[in-house]
Amino acid sequence: MKYIEEFQDPDLAERLLDDIRATVTRPWALMEVCGGQTHTIIRHGIDQLLPEEVELIHGPGCPVCVTPLEVIDKALEIASRPDVIFCSFGDMLRVPGTGRDLFQVRGTGGDVRVVYSPLDALRVAQQNPDRQVVFFGIGFETTAPPNAMTVYQARKLGIRNFSLLVSHVRVPPAIEAIMQSPDCRVQAFLAAGHVCSVMGMDEYPGLAERFGVPIVVTGFEPLDILEGVRRTVRQLERGEHTVDNAYPRAVRPEGNPAARAMLDDVFEVTDRAWRGIGVIPDSGWRLSSRYRDYDAEHRFAVDGITTREPAACRSGEVLQGLLKPHECEAFGTTCTPRSPLGATMVSSEGACAAYYLYRRLELNTPARPAASLEGSPVV
Amino acid sequence: MCLAVPGRVLDVEDRDGTRMATVDFGGVVKEVCLEYLPDLKAGEYAIVHVGFALQRLDEESARRTLELFENLGMLQEEFGDPWEQAAAQGAAQQPPHHTTAPEAQQ
Ligand code: SF4
Repeated sequence: MKYIEEFQDPDLAERLLDDIRATVTRPWALMEVCGGQTHTIIRHGIDQLLPEEVELIHGPGCPVCVTPLEVIDKALEIASRPDVIFCSFGDMLRVPGTGRDLFQVRGTGGDVRVVYSPLDALRVAQQNPDRQVVFFGIGFETTAPPNAMTVYQARKLGIRNFSLLVSHVRVPPAIEAIMQSPDCRVQAFLAAGHVCSVMGMDEYPGLAERFGVPIVVTGFEPLDILEGVRRTVRQLERGEHTVDNAYPRAVRPEGNPAARAMLDDVFEVTDRAWRGIGVIPDSGWRLSSRYRDYDAEHRFAVDGITTREPAACRSGEVLQGLLKPHECEAFGTTCTPRSPLGATMVSSEGACAAYYLYRRLELNTPARPAASLEGSPVV
Repeated sequence: MCLAVPGRVLDVEDRDGTRMATVDFGGVVKEVCLEYLPDLKAGEYAIVHVGFALQRLDEESARRTLELFENLGMLQEEFGDPWEQAAAQGAAQQPPHHTTAPEAQQ
C-alpha cells in the first residue's frame, strides 16, 4: 500500500478498495476515458492498489494528444505568417508538428502568444486591429463551449480580424469507435466527468445498451476514481449495463443547457481525424455555415495541407488502450518529454508522459537524466 | 488546459453586455465569463475551465479539490508561466521576448 496514505481520506479509500475486493470474482477491463483520470491513476498507483482482476485501460481523452499532426502543421504555417498573432493554450507549445513546434516558431520570430482563455485572444484582436489574430481551438466538450462563445462574441462585436483554427473532438463517437475495434477488450467505461458537466448524460444510454457496457460518469480525484471503479465492477458482476453518475457534485443529467445551445448554434458535427487513430465519423465539430467567415483554415488557405504521421510512434494504439506506454519500443529511449516523438509524451494529460513521470524507474527502462524535469512544476 | 479548477466568485459585473466575474482559485485571481452560469453570485463556487464557469459546485467539495490540486502542484501547472514550462520541458531556445506572465492577460 505504498501510495494510500497520500489519499485525501485514506480511510475512505481503504473502505472503497475493500468493497471492490469483496465484489470482484473475475477479470474485468475498464477504460478511463479522460487523460486527467489517467494521471490520477498512475500518480497515486490506483491501478496497483486495485485487485488484480480489475485492469484499467487508458483511453483517448487528452485533447492535446488527439489533435492530428496535420492540424498542428496548419497551426505552424499560420503562426509563421508576419501578419498573424497566433494565440494558443500553453500546453500546445511543445507538441511536435512535422519538424518543429510552436515554441520554435516563436523562437524564429513568429508572434505566438499564450492565453488562459479564448476571450483573451479576442481581446488581443481588439487591441491589434491591423493584425490578424488566430486562436487555436482544440479540445473536447469542455473547451468547445468557451471557444463557441468567443466566436459568437466576435461576430456580435463586429471584430473581423479574429478567426479560429478548429479541431474539436467529441467523446461518444470515440467510445463507439473503440467498441467497434476487433481488438477491443474494454468491458466498461469510466466516463469523463467534466465532459458530462457540459453535455449531461443523455448521449450514453444508447451506447451502454448497444454494446452492453456499463458507463459510469466519474470525476478525476483519487477517491472519485475508486468510487467509479466500485460502481462499475458492481454492474459488471451483476451483468448490468446502465449509465450511472458517480460524480453528482459536478454533473447534472442535463449538463449545462446554455453551453449546449451555444454549441448547437456555432458548431456542427463533422468527421474528425484523431492523431494516431484516424478518422472517426461524427467525432468532431467545425464552425457551422453561419460562422464560416471565422474559420482560419479558409481565411489562410491552409485546408490543402495534409501530413502523414510517423510510424515510429505507437500513440494510436496507446490511445485506444491496445498498448501500454512502456510497451512502446521508443518509450524512455528515443522518446522522452524532452524529445518527444508523439503528443502523448508531451501533453501533461498524456498517458506516455504519465508513465514516464511516475513509473519510469519502476519499469526499469534505460536511465535518462530527468533532473531538469523533476525540478520544474510542469507535467 | 484539460484541468477544470473550482473557484470562488469574488464579484460579478456586466462588461460590454457580457456577464463576467473575478474568481479566486486558491489565491490566483482570474477573470471568468459567467455566460453559461448567469445566475452565479459572489461567494458561490463553480468549476471553471479556460476562463468559463461551467457548473456550480458546493463549497465543501470545491475546497477539497483546490487543496488537492495545490498539494499536487497542479495549480502551478494550470496558472504558472507557460513559456517557462515549455522551456523547461524542451531543450529548445528561449523565446526572444520572454515574459513572466502570459502577455495576453494584461
Ligand atoms: S512512448 Fe513516445 S513514441 Fe511511444 S507511443 Fe508514446 S509518444 Fe509515441
